[in-house]
Amino acid sequence: MPKKRVAIVGTGQTYHKSHRPDVNGQELINEAVQRALKDADLTIKDIDAVVIGNMDHFEGINYVDCWSVDGSGGTMKPVIKLTTGGTTGSTLAIGGYHLVASGFFEKVLVIGWEKNSESDTTGAITTAFDPVWDRLVFAGAISGLAAEAQAYMAKYGATEKDAARVSVRDRKHACNNPHAQLRREITIEDVLASPMLADPIHLLDVCPRTDGACAVIMASEDCAGKVTSTPDWIWTTANRHKYTYLGDVNWGELDSIAEASREIYAKAGIREPRKEIDVIELYQPYSFAGIIWIEDLGIVEKGKGAEYIWSGATDMGGELPINPSGGVIACNPIGATGLIRCAEAALQVMGKAEARQVPDVNFAISTGFGGCMWSDMLLHGKRKPDF
Amino acid sequence: MAAKENLIVESKGSGQPFNYAVGMHGSRFFKELRENRKLLGIKCPKCGKVYVPPRRVCGECFAEMTVFVEVGPKGVIGTFTILRYAFIDPETGEQKPVPYGYGFIRFDGADTLFQHYISIEDESKIKIGARVEPVFSEERKGNVKDILYFKVIDGE
Amino acid sequence: MDKAAVIGVGITKIEANKIKETFADMVWEAVNKALSDAKMTIDDIDNVITTSNDFWDGRTISCMAVGDASGARHKNVSCVEGDGTFGAFYGLARVLSGSYGTTLVTAHSKGSESVSSLITNAAFDPIYDRALGMDMVSACALQARAYMHRTGTTPEQMAMVSVKNHGNAKYNPLSQLPMDITVQDVLESEMISDPLHKLDCSPVSDGCCAVIIANGKRTSRYGGVPVWIKGVAFCADSYFIGDREISKAVALTKAAKNAFSMAQITDPLSEIDVAEVYDAFTYQELMWIEAMGLSEGGKAGINLEKGHYDIKGRLPVNPSGGLLSGHPVIAGGLIRIAEIVKQLRGEAGGYQVAGARTGVAHGVNGLCGQSHCVWVLTAS
Repeated sequence: MPKKRVAIVGTGQTYHKSHRPDVNGQELINEAVQRALKDADLTIKDIDAVVIGNMDHFEGINYVDCWSVDGSGGTMKPVIKLTTGGTTGSTLAIGGYHLVASGFFEKVLVIGWEKNSESDTTGAITTAFDPVWDRLVFAGAISGLAAEAQAYMAKYGATEKDAARVSVRDRKHACNNPHAQLRREITIEDVLASPMLADPIHLLDVCPRTDGACAVIMASEDCAGKVTSTPDWIWTTANRHKYTYLGDVNWGELDSIAEASREIYAKAGIREPRKEIDVIELYQPYSFAGIIWIEDLGIVEKGKGAEYIWSGATDMGGELPINPSGGVIACNPIGATGLIRCAEAALQVMGKAEARQVPDVNFAISTGFGGCMWSDMLLHGKRKPDF
Repeated sequence: MAAKENLIVESKGSGQPFNYAVGMHGSRFFKELRENRKLLGIKCPKCGKVYVPPRRVCGECFAEMTVFVEVGPKGVIGTFTILRYAFIDPETGEQKPVPYGYGFIRFDGADTLFQHYISIEDESKIKIGARVEPVFSEERKGNVKDILYFKVIDGE
Repeated sequence: MDKAAVIGVGITKIEANKIKETFADMVWEAVNKALSDAKMTIDDIDNVITTSNDFWDGRTISCMAVGDASGARHKNVSCVEGDGTFGAFYGLARVLSGSYGTTLVTAHSKGSESVSSLITNAAFDPIYDRALGMDMVSACALQARAYMHRTGTTPEQMAMVSVKNHGNAKYNPLSQLPMDITVQDVLESEMISDPLHKLDCSPVSDGCCAVIIANGKRTSRYGGVPVWIKGVAFCADSYFIGDREISKAVALTKAAKNAFSMAQITDPLSEIDVAEVYDAFTYQELMWIEAMGLSEGGKAGINLEKGHYDIKGRLPVNPSGGLLSGHPVIAGGLIRIAEIVKQLRGEAGGYQVAGARTGVAHGVNGLCGQSHCVWVLTAS
């Protein structure tokens, strides 16, 4: 049992767009912070500590925790930076959870952000990998993802068309989300006709690059109920950042999310995730992951992912809607992306998701993905956890 | 008040040069590659897994590895892609020539995959499980470019 | 604060250039030293926090390089970017939250692989400051000047910090720069950025530190000697140097006040037996102890002259030799914690402070001490 149970009591997102030349980094961060404070009806004076993260080389700024205080409101407060690549946003959420659960702070402001337009994203991602061994051939996030898709297809026979169905779903969902960057429906034919980037991944199978920030306010059980009547309780968190070298990865299944999810299910007593979870905000940077990773999450059996997607079960109104927000394929400010998943899951639990609301959400899952096929996960619940 | 302008500050000359240490294990790998065209893996004393590139720690067992073993030079494609979009290579600052074959190669005798180029002269031959062999550079300098690329071996 | 302790520490030798070793090699060494110190195996570690910086490592997602070496394969793991004291704070929060019983914290850096001034230049605002060519040394020279002006601290007093710390380092086998030097040697060393001479500045270094933190019953389960964590706090000042009162470290004053209060220390000057502070430059040692309330305002230089901060003085400061004798950035603050742990266990050998019961460790993030983390530790 944690020393203090923790709830999300407010969230804020910027106007996410491919290019936000109207604001600098601090101003972008501040836009999300102001919205989160307004959502929780708090002021910056109520905040005890700030957790912030991004990926340094996307903006070329060292010591972002220090540089950002004018935007984050961290001046003369404890400020700490967490960074783990694509998982940064979810890592931040897990960090905020522990800082509150430890009893050190009552209210923590968690901020993820990225201004991807300010640098060459693929170049910066490529430098994430080992300079001696990996950089010669590596081509940003897409090359690792393509390697995964190829391995999965060889094993289970999924097709490019199956994957396209996932893109179509997320882009349709995105039309309900005022914060999403790409809010236009696409068809399976559009996906298959879009340029091949890295076999078998087409342009419309992958996420865009985005400028955006997200802020989430977490509060301890001592005050969460005073801030909001509908807190989103964080039941538990888990993650696995298994691999150091890409060549060690068990390609074709995401064993990091398999291990993390089993830890979460065990802690929360979830036996049938497909029935007990009401909605998932999956950090799904490309369409094939929408098939592969729901198998690793234990939602469906191995090899049955595509069939489940085609059944419509993961669409709005289906058995287990995935990415009501439109997900990462519709919007991807990398350092914020995992935290946006967390904020969107919180909105679902709090009943504040408006046009993208899934009815009667008791349990939601948000995930993060990045690094060397790493995964983070949080379980959100309407009820205060009983452990 | 004048119309709002969105100004930017450009920063182009901000490259940061690095001297990355290859380390004890990698240095041995490259020395062997440069001098003898041989490829080395390293074996975990606990699980017996052979890792390429060689490094100090088996992540699975948290055990120190000391026994180098020769692997390859032939192997199979573990997984692959063909990169078709152009991007700026941060290592050179220049546009990467595309398309290129990007392979994860499992050397004979190794358990992990080694990343390198695969020749895509005939794309239909690039399949998971296809056998490949390295084409070495004539002038070898002790880095990963001492292998030019891998090519699919016909009839094996 | 609930019961928690540091139960194991491991530090690599600090060197100018560990060209034989990768980040992972250094981490492996420090982690195994810490496990052995704590009489634990990796299976006893519930979760891992690594601490690194993408700029210093020349690599986005710098933590990726050290996952295997820190034993994180099947564990929950996270990465703090910043000084190791901040990484340790998150590690502590994770055990106090009840999620985990033990945290392994690592921090690594290799200054030898990059050009330090370019790395620290990237910490300046790209719109306003960076094009001026500022780096950590030039910014700290401005701060040194302001501190000297406010307090009357002399170049000789600053030089004495260097003489003391390099002298202390002679007893620390892990130190990079043990030296017998005089005040005159410091004042005659190359002027790097007025008023900072070469010997007023810490060197470029490679090194790694690992620390194991435990909560509740886990503190005494394994047979190592626990050192109790009594108070920890951190705080960030304004960003722009022109927005700050640069001759004072108000964020440090606040962090120290909170940490002492948590530790129920009311008179730090008399209750603290030993301090390891982030002496990246000579003047900083004086400035930081003053800001923490470990010296009367403006008197640190005079106290130093009186020998108060020597190993046998009233309040020994940086008996290990400090960062002036070896400064692997990021690991710097975690090494301060590990050194205090050694002192409080009576295991500091030739630089042991007699009868040390309560100690302070301190780390810094950002330019000119924008953000500080303060740890108060006590002996069993």
